Amino acid sequence: MEFIREFWEFLKIRKKYWLLPIIIVLLFFGGLIVLSQGSAVAPFIYTLF
Amino acid sequence: MIKILGISAFYHDSAAAIVVDGKIIAAAQEERFTRKKHDSGYPFNAIEFVLNFANIKLSEIDSIVFYEKPFLKFERLLETYVAMAPRGFAQFSKAMPSWLREKLFQKKMLLNLLKQHDKTFNNSKKIFFSEHHLSHAASAYFPSPFDEAVILTADGVGEWATTTVAIGNGSNLQIKKEIHFPHSLGLLYSAFTYYTGFKVNSGEYKLMGLAPYGEPKYAEKIEKNLIHIKEDGSFRLNQDFFNYTTGLTMTNEKFHNLFGQKPRDSKKDKITQFHMDIASSIQKVTEDIMVKICKSLREEFNISNLCLAGGVALNCVANGKILKEKIFDNIWIQPAAGDAGGSLGAALSYWFLELNNKRNNSKIDDMNGSYLGPSFSNEQIEKILIECGAKFDRLEDDLLIEKTASDLSNSHAIGWFQGRMEFGPRALGGRSIIGDPRSPDMQKNLNLKVKYRESFRPFAPSVLREDVGEWFELNDDSPYMLIVSDIKNEKKNEMTEKEKKLFGIDKLNIKRSDIPAVTHVDYSARIQTVHKETNEKYYKLIKKFKEKTNCPVIVNTSFNVRGEPIVNTPQDAFNCFMGTELDNLVIGNFYLEKKKQDQSLKKKYQEKFELD
Repeated sequence: MEFIREFWEFLKIRKKYWLLPIIIVLLFFGGLIVLSQGSAVAPFIYTLF
Repeated sequence: MIKILGISAFYHDSAAAIVVDGKIIAAAQEERFTRKKHDSGYPFNAIEFVLNFANIKLSEIDSIVFYEKPFLKFERLLETYVAMAPRGFAQFSKAMPSWLREKLFQKKMLLNLLKQHDKTFNNSKKIFFSEHHLSHAASAYFPSPFDEAVILTADGVGEWATTTVAIGNGSNLQIKKEIHFPHSLGLLYSAFTYYTGFKVNSGEYKLMGLAPYGEPKYAEKIEKNLIHIKEDGSFRLNQDFFNYTTGLTMTNEKFHNLFGQKPRDSKKDKITQFHMDIASSIQKVTEDIMVKICKSLREEFNISNLCLAGGVALNCVANGKILKEKIFDNIWIQPAAGDAGGSLGAALSYWFLELNNKRNNSKIDDMNGSYLGPSFSNEQIEKILIECGAKFDRLEDDLLIEKTASDLSNSHAIGWFQGRMEFGPRALGGRSIIGDPRSPDMQKNLNLKVKYRESFRPFAPSVLREDVGEWFELNDDSPYMLIVSDIKNEKKNEMTEKEKKLFGIDKLNIKRSDIPAVTHVDYSARIQTVHKETNEKYYKLIKKFKEKTNCPVIVNTSFNVRGEPIVNTPQDAFNCFMGTELDNLVIGNFYLEKKKQDQSLKKKYQEKFELD
């Protein structure tokens, strides 16, 4: 619950309420995304994420 | 006493630092313990080390500060993917699992991981999050010897910022302006690192080392197409040529067509003059931007001191140009300028900016020469060497230095392991391989027989501070090997017309100066000034070498082979000694000769490490 409170605080301060539906959908489908196998190709990229 | 633990982790070089009442007590990178280069995992061992060194339990720590803000980073990721959709799905699907599994819930994850150190620790209210570039800026300003400074930080990207300008004044530090993702000098340099076939995040050094072999033929093309540079040095990258916001490579087809070649495949393609010219071009563009930014900052703020941090601050050639242009009166660069140093900056920013403590500037920097890592007593070393089966002599300091200086003057390659390990990417005489710079074959031999790395890569000189002006075009401190400067004219050997016509790596075989092993093909050198106050033993060694040879300069390269993190323990040092063609190992007061060792202990060593 601490996470939800802190994240809500964050959205309020940043005034980024429009991110909320995206995050809810992401968390809803989160299980699928987490379980899905990512591409086997190793990225050749700066660690942006 | 207020005890603050700083942590950087999960992206690049994980590290931990401990600050007690504002004093930097210890700091170390995780890679040194796990033996995995640029280890980005949770820095369990580094945290254990700093806690043990400070003799503090985790539950006694007052605040734990992570070096960046995960929510803000997540915001950047989501906004970028939304802006680019439907492109970017490949990167999105790679990034999201780890974010939804753990990174988004970093506080909880950290709390659970921290419990490994002390089961009684269970207070999430002690965990705080600094900002990536604020951590860099704090690491550059608070340990610096200045009361007031402009602080410039530049790297790939943190949360949103890629370049920031801050002003430090007394105990205060305020970020004044930022350039945001995707416009990034660090990412531009990394794009060319990728294009020339080196590993992104670690091969940037190689690109910088390759640059002097080429001509900046493509600099104009880069400035015309890839980057728009404004009068004050701020810039925008033309995203048409890059792939990093959406894809899994740094550059795209349009970029490759612009320069006329595909990215080099390091497994099958050789480095050609084209790659050297590309390296030279991007290096020139980087230097021009950094110099432009610095000039405009000097004019805007009229402050005479500059502090630098962030990965771009490890570009010592650009740093040398800023110094040479005399834009600022004084420059100080954080030795752990990359993300490892963020752990230290996070802790310091909390102490000064959140707890509002007063800063007492000691007028010398507070980094202890960057010797902030583990050390070993002679008793510990002896025990480990016996366990390893080593044959050694124990010598008093004076004899040890005499013998080592004598070996150096006989062109031996020597492993030098003394005192506390360095914090940051450079070996500064604590965990170094040293040699005679006057020897014409030293560079080639060290590269090919000891370090097993590419022959084009230069070595750096350690020079007595009082003699630097006699040998190099530099009369300032450069204790952290982060300034490049030219060899003095009188020490140079001018090339003949025939030699000047040689291309690329062939130039390396020419004896370019009195100290060829540390003279790059453009007569430059990455200088470390050695100070009696911070490393007396190393200072005495070079002084003795000078007595014997009249040369106050020695070769200093990190104690490791290609792809291996710098050695941390006496055991690591002995393994590296036996796995390479090093002639001697000097470790604490123990002196080892290769020819006296049990030859069955020799191992094929370099294959243990993945090439970088």
